[in-house]
Amino acid sequence: MIVLHGRKVVGGAVQGEALVTTQTISGWGGIDPQTGTIIEMRHELRGQSFKGKILVFPGAKGSSGWSSFFHRARLAGAAPSGMIFKKMTTKVALGAVVTHAPAITDLDQDPLKVIETGDWIEMDADQGIVKVMKRQERSRG
Amino acid sequence: MANMKLTDSEKAMLDGGEGPAVQKAMDLLVRYGEALGAERLVDTNNVCGAATAPSPWKLEIAKKRGVEQGLHAGFSEMNLDSDEVIEMPRVKVYTCQLIQQFGPDTASLHEGSREMLELQKQADSFFGARGMHIMATCTPYQVGNVPVKGEHCAWMESSAVIYCNSVLGARTNAEGTESTGAASLTGKIPYWGYHLPENRFGTHLVDVDVPVDDMMDWGLLGYYVGEIVQDEIPVLRGQMSQPELIKLKHFGAAASSSGGVEMYHIPGVTPEAPTVEVALGPRRGVQTLTYGKRERRIAYENLNSTAKDRKVDFIMLGCPHDTIEQIWQAARLLEGKRLHAGTELWIHTPRALRELADRCGYTKIVEEAGGHIVSDSCPAISRMMPRGTRVVATDSAKQAHYLPAITGVQAWFGSLQNCIDAALTGTWSGGLD
Repeated sequence: MIVLHGRKVVGGAVQGEALVTTQTISGWGGIDPQTGTIIEMRHELRGQSFKGKILVFPGAKGSSGWSSFFHRARLAGAAPSGMIFKKMTTKVALGAVVTHAPAITDLDQDPLKVIETGDWIEMDADQGIVKVMKRQERSRG
Repeated sequence: MANMKLTDSEKAMLDGGEGPAVQKAMDLLVRYGEALGAERLVDTNNVCGAATAPSPWKLEIAKKRGVEQGLHAGFSEMNLDSDEVIEMPRVKVYTCQLIQQFGPDTASLHEGSREMLELQKQADSFFGARGMHIMATCTPYQVGNVPVKGEHCAWMESSAVIYCNSVLGARTNAEGTESTGAASLTGKIPYWGYHLPENRFGTHLVDVDVPVDDMMDWGLLGYYVGEIVQDEIPVLRGQMSQPELIKLKHFGAAASSSGGVEMYHIPGVTPEAPTVEVALGPRRGVQTLTYGKRERRIAYENLNSTAKDRKVDFIMLGCPHDTIEQIWQAARLLEGKRLHAGTELWIHTPRALRELADRCGYTKIVEEAGGHIVSDSCPAISRMMPRGTRVVATDSAKQAHYLPAITGVQAWFGSLQNCIDAALTGTWSGGLD
């Protein structure tokens, strides 16, 4: 198991499966808030949903509708269950706040290098701790 | 426990001294400021947000409990992040509504629900009565909201934010519906990011090695640079001719769509960059990138990557909303001609400029050719297009970027002339020289 330490963005604890992208995400025009699916045309996660997953991503880009689209995803029950990201911006901060899911940034290792899609994550945002159980360990376990 | 330092008056708001809506607003600003790692809030008397647009969810509450309750509930949830319904009071500071949904005047043009169009009209009155100025445009700087250099603002709308920071030298982050709602009731916003002078220096140098003069080339330059620098601050130098408002409006909208650029400098043009050195401030050895023929082609091909069919149904002009000059340019190209059968043309502009276009006779020219001048919204925001639209042509890099993802249409991007040609012939014949 790998343990990362970072800073709380939104408090709370959660565990779940990671969905990782090395590409920044657009809210408005980039996701379908009803299903949590990435819809941006040339995005590597196009067609995949973050609903109930721990979304691991570099940060936000695009329209300032970012927060309202993640907000709507929460109201539709399609939001991520947690967020781990690298680059702080107003879009991602406000988006995380209104998603009401635990969120962490400023980690001591690059989460995009350490965490892969399918890894199991336990995060405690109040303590700033992310525990990563690799997919291979899980399948062996 | 709060890490942000609050003044006594801010603490009083948080404790409910100015009523429950202001309390919810301050609670959100504190949660948001702490998420950012901000040390304090800053006063603002210039908020541009988004509160009026109807949604199926607001409509449902409006049907059950009346329009007023639906709009109070909508504001509480989407503008204050409060699931408890709080009555929205009058705004405390200068607050403008940005682009919203279409109103009932466009009912004959698309398949939008009559109930939603009516709810938009009712929302105009509801929020207007509470002191929110219904500018209903993505370009508030076209209709009187022109902040002064150094002024702290709380704006959303990425194309307006980049214009506010870069062209006007005022200070705003890209805010959202919730933070602008909270700012409108408190006159506060986190002092973070672009509010701090040290965060406004350039991070990348862009050497522009091909001539950039017309609208299309400013859009291509913005689209390329945004994708490379993402949300950093490019400083552009090289072969650009002196831009006007419409070119920087297009450049900024493109750069904030492909990446998340919120600020740029053009030494000699933008107010915080008398020289390259001043634009970069204390930063040394910043990354340099080149924009040449190859990069221009990449941007063009990326923007046209969804387009296959040359038969075009719908021409979309005015993203960000057209200036009166742009409407006049389009009107001159359309004068005395007729759109191809089965082709629709909408030109989007703020309602205040529509009034001007009517007065000058430009609306009549466009309508006699078979086109329409529309206000308040756009296809990407409203998801409203002429019935059966499959292939769109636009002179906007931003609209070409977003529309295929949002609505599933194909989009061609080109010059105004390319778009008008497509409107008159029904066929796309644009391309890059």
